[in-house]
Amino acid sequence: MVRTYFLLLWTWTRAAAAYPASFALMNLLGFVTAAIDVAVILVIFANTTTLAGFSRDEVLFLYGAAALAFTICDTFVSNIDRVSSHIRTGTLDTFLIRPVSAWIQLTADRFQITRLGRILQAALVLGYAITALGLDWRRGWMIPVMVLTGIVIFGALWTLAGAAQFVLTDAPEVVNAFTYGSYQLSQYPLGIYARDVVRGVTYVLPLAFVNWQPGLYVLGRDDPFGTPEYTRFAGPAAALVLALVAALAWRQGVRHYRSTGS
Amino acid sequence: MIELDQVGRSFKVKRNVVHAVRDLSFTVSAGEFVGYLGPNGAGKSTTIKMLCGILTPTTGRVRVAGLEPARRRTTLARRIGVVFGQRTTLWWDLPLKDSFELIRHLYRVERGAFAARLAELTETLDLGGFLRTPVRQLSLGQRMRGDLAAALLHAPDVLVLDEPTIGLDVVSKNGIRDFLKRLNAERGTTVLLTTHDLGDIERLCRRVMLIDHGRLAFDGTLGDLMATAPEESSIEEVVTRLYTGGASRSGTG
Amino acid sequence: MRNRAITPRRCPTIPLYARLVRYGFRKHATYVWAALAGAFTNSVFGILRAYILIALWQARPGLAGYDMTDAITYCFVTQAFIGPMQLFGGGLGLPERIRSGDIALDLVRPAPLQAWTLAEDAGRAAYLFLVRGIPPMLVGALVFGIHFPAGPGRWLAFLTGFALGVVVSFGWRYLIALSVCWLLDDRGVAVVSLVLTTFFSGMMIPLHLFPGWLGDLAAVLPWAAMVQLPTDLYLGKAAVAQTLALQALWAVILIGLGTAGTRAIRHKVVIQGG
Repeated sequence: MVRTYFLLLWTWTRAAAAYPASFALMNLLGFVTAAIDVAVILVIFANTTTLAGFSRDEVLFLYGAAALAFTICDTFVSNIDRVSSHIRTGTLDTFLIRPVSAWIQLTADRFQITRLGRILQAALVLGYAITALGLDWRRGWMIPVMVLTGIVIFGALWTLAGAAQFVLTDAPEVVNAFTYGSYQLSQYPLGIYARDVVRGVTYVLPLAFVNWQPGLYVLGRDDPFGTPEYTRFAGPAAALVLALVAALAWRQGVRHYRSTGS
Repeated sequence: MIELDQVGRSFKVKRNVVHAVRDLSFTVSAGEFVGYLGPNGAGKSTTIKMLCGILTPTTGRVRVAGLEPARRRTTLARRIGVVFGQRTTLWWDLPLKDSFELIRHLYRVERGAFAARLAELTETLDLGGFLRTPVRQLSLGQRMRGDLAAALLHAPDVLVLDEPTIGLDVVSKNGIRDFLKRLNAERGTTVLLTTHDLGDIERLCRRVMLIDHGRLAFDGTLGDLMATAPEESSIEEVVTRLYTGGASRSGTG
Repeated sequence: MRNRAITPRRCPTIPLYARLVRYGFRKHATYVWAALAGAFTNSVFGILRAYILIALWQARPGLAGYDMTDAITYCFVTQAFIGPMQLFGGGLGLPERIRSGDIALDLVRPAPLQAWTLAEDAGRAAYLFLVRGIPPMLVGALVFGIHFPAGPGRWLAFLTGFALGVVVSFGWRYLIALSVCWLLDDRGVAVVSLVLTTFFSGMMIPLHLFPGWLGDLAAVLPWAAMVQLPTDLYLGKAAVAQTLALQALWAVILIGLGTAGTRAIRHKVVIQGG
């Protein structure tokens, strides 16, 4: 499975190399596009020293962790959100006649290696924030855990978005609010949002575990919403539950396609 | 090799139920070459999708190569080859050879068997001249030969072809027909072919099935088919009669 | 789609363009679900962005001369602009036609390509203003409460500024679309345009917050004419005549460049055969 996936990535990369656009240029542009979000944070902190009680470097830390997880998923999983366009053009069938899982084929579909620039951007911001905040490994061990948790959560979200497109063939764009919206939400400390929003993204859609809950632990801060200490460590469990739900939804989506033919 | 037993397939279109295929039963034995005819919208594509496991039947039972396609889709995929004439399954920007190499991995074809198979297909389909050309630069005829080769690299027992000669010129058509004939005769591959080109049927198919409004309207040999109409009718005239419902809906198959 | 064939020779100029505007409107009306999905996404992002601005204005009340409600209003008005101004780029369909060579057919029409495209784009903008513009405003009004322009004078100023903003946005996107003619791959230009437009239009954050010279510069660039200036007209935070004049200036400059560009591609297509 893993081997097939990387083989497909390699295939799409070579296919993209057929076009003369410079690899370096596209990566650079991806880097710059992703950096707009950082620029916004910097502009905000040109006007204030704290946002909801968090300093610039703390916000950059939360941003960097979310961005690293998200851009990795955006590169390696997000291609799945073209399901409805494949259904409309009839190309989904060509995936289904192959002896390889449709999920593997679709997440690798038209893989763009030029998105790596965005991952690099996120990694640099996270690296900067870790250094600037002087985080050490006593609490910093959580950082790789939270990035992995974030990858699983965002990967599950993209899969759910892909599964939803089996039904939402008329308006596949709706899922953008869900995927990119989740990313937008997790770029800032959840302390800025209303209590009900935060409750929703903690107990229903576990976005709080991408960076907020584990981030509070790394930064050694209390939750302004007063959740108990152990929720800082609940991320991996929440991510696994979401991944399970996404896997079931995906199976259901494929089944729906095969039973309706649309 | 292919068995359909009272297969039905209906779709919901804006609260109405449309029966794309109803009560369809037929058997294709190993080594047969069957033409599957029918006017547009008769249920041909629906049938093919059910054979590949892309679509689950509403009622009845389908078996292909001893497997139930809807349940064993990926296992079955290794035993059948599918070609859609209207769209390619090759990678648009890759040289043909690279697409084949990828298919070798996807289907886990052993390296030696693959090399032998590719050499044979390159010769019989005359691919040598454009193996290193990206698929998007191929002519339609070349692309179709490439698609055929891609569907056969894993040496499937059954080959399902959905309008493989559509849009091709006479020379390309003949090349493909000759190839399919040899494939069926020499390797014993079972072939099910849908087409609107009656020349394909005349040249290739010993047996013809005709589907209309989701039901089997005729099943028999080409000779039986011709016998349904007055003598000296051309195959076009015969089929036109059947499509427009002018002939008795019975066959001897 | 009920796109009636357009026969320009038989109709005089003004009805032709009026018809093209209607055609652009109707063409987009066939994608109503996509537009509503866009409205939904824009509304969700409006809410998320509003919380960021709320947190900032809690830390710095009265920043940039906006009160809290002004800041929230700013956020939803700019979200409402995304569809009509096509702030993420594209929307013209020209690059595909240039690449396929169909542009030659467009160039032999008796009506100039640019005016033709602008008329269709105006129809598109009008449709998306209704379907993608109004919902985020309503959501903002319901969830947080937003300001509406006080009095018909301010409405008029805003709507004029909005219309000029659409023309500036068209002028910019038209130039980007034409660049395909000279570039093998237009993705690079599209990304550069996306970055400039989203950042310097004020769509992400009010340009008043940009520090020092960056703020002064951003305020007079063409992208400000798309979002920041019409929004300030809406909020009544800008001198009306001066603002409209700056927008009009950019509209004239970009349309003028577009005309020159059209002439250049006509030359290229006719002389060099595409």
